[in-house]
Amino acid sequence: MDQVVPLLVAIPLAGGFLMPVIGRLTKSHRAIAILPILMACGLVVIAISLLARPDQTIVYWVGGWKFPVGISMVVDGLTRLVLLVIASVSLLTLLFSLEYMTRYTSPGLYYGLFLLMVAGMNGVVISGDIFNIFVFLEIASIASYALVAYGTESDELEASFKYLVLSAIASVFILVGIAFVYNVTGHLNWAKIAQVIQAGGGLTMPLYVAAAFFFMGFGLKAAMVPFHAWLPDAHPSAPAPVSAMLSGVLIKACGVYVLCRLAFSVLGSHQTFGTVLLVLGALSMVLGALMAIGQGDLKRLLAYSSISQVGYVVVAVGAGLVGLGLAKGSEPLTAASQFAVFGGLFHLVNHAVFKSLLFLCSGSIEHATGTRRMDQLGGLAQRMPVTGWCLRVGALAISGVPPFGGFWSKLVIIVALAQLAALAHWAFYIPAALAVVTAAVTLVYYAKVWRSVSGEPSGVTDGAREVPVAMCLASVVLAVLCLATALVILPSVRNRLIDPAVRVFAPAEAASESATVQAAPADGRISTPAAAQVAAKRGMTP
Amino acid sequence: MQGMSLIVKNITRLVAGFIAVFAVYDIVYGHVEPGGGFSGGVMLAASVVLVVLAFGGEFAGRVLSVEVARWTASLAVLAFLVVGLGGYMVGQFFQNFLWRGEVGELASAGTLAITSLAVGIEVGAGLFAVFVALAVFRRGSQASAGSGGMLQP
Amino acid sequence: MTLAMVPFMLTFLLLVVGLYAVVAKRNLIKVIVGLLVMDYAANLFLVLFGYRSQGHGEAPVAPILIGGPEKVADMVARSVDPLPQALVLTSIVIGLSVTALVVALAIRLYEKHGTFDTELMRNLKG
Repeated sequence: MDQVVPLLVAIPLAGGFLMPVIGRLTKSHRAIAILPILMACGLVVIAISLLARPDQTIVYWVGGWKFPVGISMVVDGLTRLVLLVIASVSLLTLLFSLEYMTRYTSPGLYYGLFLLMVAGMNGVVISGDIFNIFVFLEIASIASYALVAYGTESDELEASFKYLVLSAIASVFILVGIAFVYNVTGHLNWAKIAQVIQAGGGLTMPLYVAAAFFFMGFGLKAAMVPFHAWLPDAHPSAPAPVSAMLSGVLIKACGVYVLCRLAFSVLGSHQTFGTVLLVLGALSMVLGALMAIGQGDLKRLLAYSSISQVGYVVVAVGAGLVGLGLAKGSEPLTAASQFAVFGGLFHLVNHAVFKSLLFLCSGSIEHATGTRRMDQLGGLAQRMPVTGWCLRVGALAISGVPPFGGFWSKLVIIVALAQLAALAHWAFYIPAALAVVTAAVTLVYYAKVWRSVSGEPSGVTDGAREVPVAMCLASVVLAVLCLATALVILPSVRNRLIDPAVRVFAPAEAASESATVQAAPADGRISTPAAAQVAAKRGMTP
Repeated sequence: MQGMSLIVKNITRLVAGFIAVFAVYDIVYGHVEPGGGFSGGVMLAASVVLVVLAFGGEFAGRVLSVEVARWTASLAVLAFLVVGLGGYMVGQFFQNFLWRGEVGELASAGTLAITSLAVGIEVGAGLFAVFVALAVFRRGSQASAGSGGMLQP
Repeated sequence: MTLAMVPFMLTFLLLVVGLYAVVAKRNLIKVIVGLLVMDYAANLFLVLFGYRSQGHGEAPVAPILIGGPEKVADMVARSVDPLPQALVLTSIVIGLSVTALVVALAIRLYEKHGTFDTELMRNLKG
């Protein structure tokens, strides 16, 4: 069972290396696309099978080399959640690109780069070693730079260049942060670093500097304000399935996930990092929504909306972090913080689903009409009923209209913030109020999107016909998922899916206990008092 | 693309072979001495690039081929992955399943020697393909007339 | 500030110089060079952090094994930390890939616009 973990990286890597070869052998777009779709199905199967035992932390040592020499791959609750999201969204996007990419040349290269990006994201998520995360992050980023420039039109090249330069600066900052962390702790393994930091009595000055570099670097990968400048150019210019992957999965797997791991499991010291995340998240939330109102280009509006929604996730996670820092064993405050983290992760899943649906619909629209400007899209819903309805479902879901999933996740976030405000500190009311305001603003600009596809037919939409079956299928499945994610509120689904991830974030001692005691088996001596407690509970001798 | 002056051509004639041999030495001894697959591969690509720069596109197009380079690169990197998957036979992914001799000998370190070889071939072929794509494939100003097979993208 | 801190300060200065080149220059090629300088400054940081100044009272050597397996313990006691050097090897390869990609983009941009100047290419409002 455990042997299947590296396949999550090995299968898409093999696909990434095979696809250029296959692309040179045949020229048929559809024949080339069969293998990637099969691989994506395989990844979904593996991700679902990992859910079978939701509470177990799997630690896999690559090459049989154990601690302290080896590189580990760790699968715990949070990893399973993000893996499932990546696998599902990439499968549906590949299904969509079966038809959509017929307008571009060299499909072998496209699928190769796509699978490399998926391999990189899977690697970031399952890696248990800080430098390994950097390597896979770079694999995913380089593949995405090339994918953004895929059409080689002037706009796409400029957008890709800007994205590349900013993202490369972020990678350099991350590398400098890794250098500092290695210098202070002497290890690269997540769990061992957490142990060393706790044994050393918390954060010292070099670690704060390293944390600052990490936040700048990963904040840029997650497109948080003030590091968001690349996203509104890169996402509209990319081909639609690539935009769906970038906006739906890449900024979360590479940005938000790693920030959560760093802030919760590795570095500790919750309050400082939590406050930083809270402030940056609130800024992203508000500024993204405000800048989205004035956009006339559909994909640019969706890009700014991504910044805003990722801000929601970061606000919730940051608030949970601050709450846990202030909790110190107080039960209601810990429960409220866990509720906030639950809201953030739930919104992460939701946003992946509906943002990719919206980008795929915009791709269908572009495929049929050739334009992205919303003022030219009138009457589209009558010509293209399936796409029109999927677009409306996506707009409803992201604006937070019941009974779609988006309503529940935003509700959980706002309620959790209000609870924290009542229990901990009145200042939490500010992000809660901002979240409510942003939800209203989101409704406003998505109403604009809705209105633009209904109404009088314009000249551009006269020739529009419904898009081919594969693209419709992908859109419809995602639309159904928008509704289905509302079911996560039910306890039975929640216990399998999101609660194990939340429990990773529960008191920091517990998180580093389970990971460290499992990840350092050769090290028989247990150094921290908290880990000794857990060892005593499990009946091992300290 | 034109070649360079007579002096450069003569020196390249003498030197390119030595660079290639040194690169192969670096790759093959990668698990024993510093260097290894990547640096050896870069030197291998550099020797080929030197020949292309010194003698011009036409000559190089008759002797070297981009298609071969691309196929070699893809197959070498697939071989790397197959070696990694072969580790499943003895336990973990990427485990060393071949004979490990003494530390410091040439015939040692099991799969490390093979992966070093695969990486060296892949980097050499890949960098050569990158160079051709960047420097030789031109539209517009540099005319592509009469330069043979090198300029097919 | 001790003498040992000087290399770190200089490397940080190199990082800042690279950042300045990326941010303030108009020519695409200068931006690319700035990116390269930043990348290598970070690699230099990693290698500098691996320096160990102890061991047998002599100056530390590079972690290269000369001779057979009987020399391993000797080398381990005297050499600098080899792990950052392995990390830097990987990082150099990553830097090479990014450089190849960004240079390819710059060449395509040059073919489309006829110039390397970003002011004249300003098409996207970001």
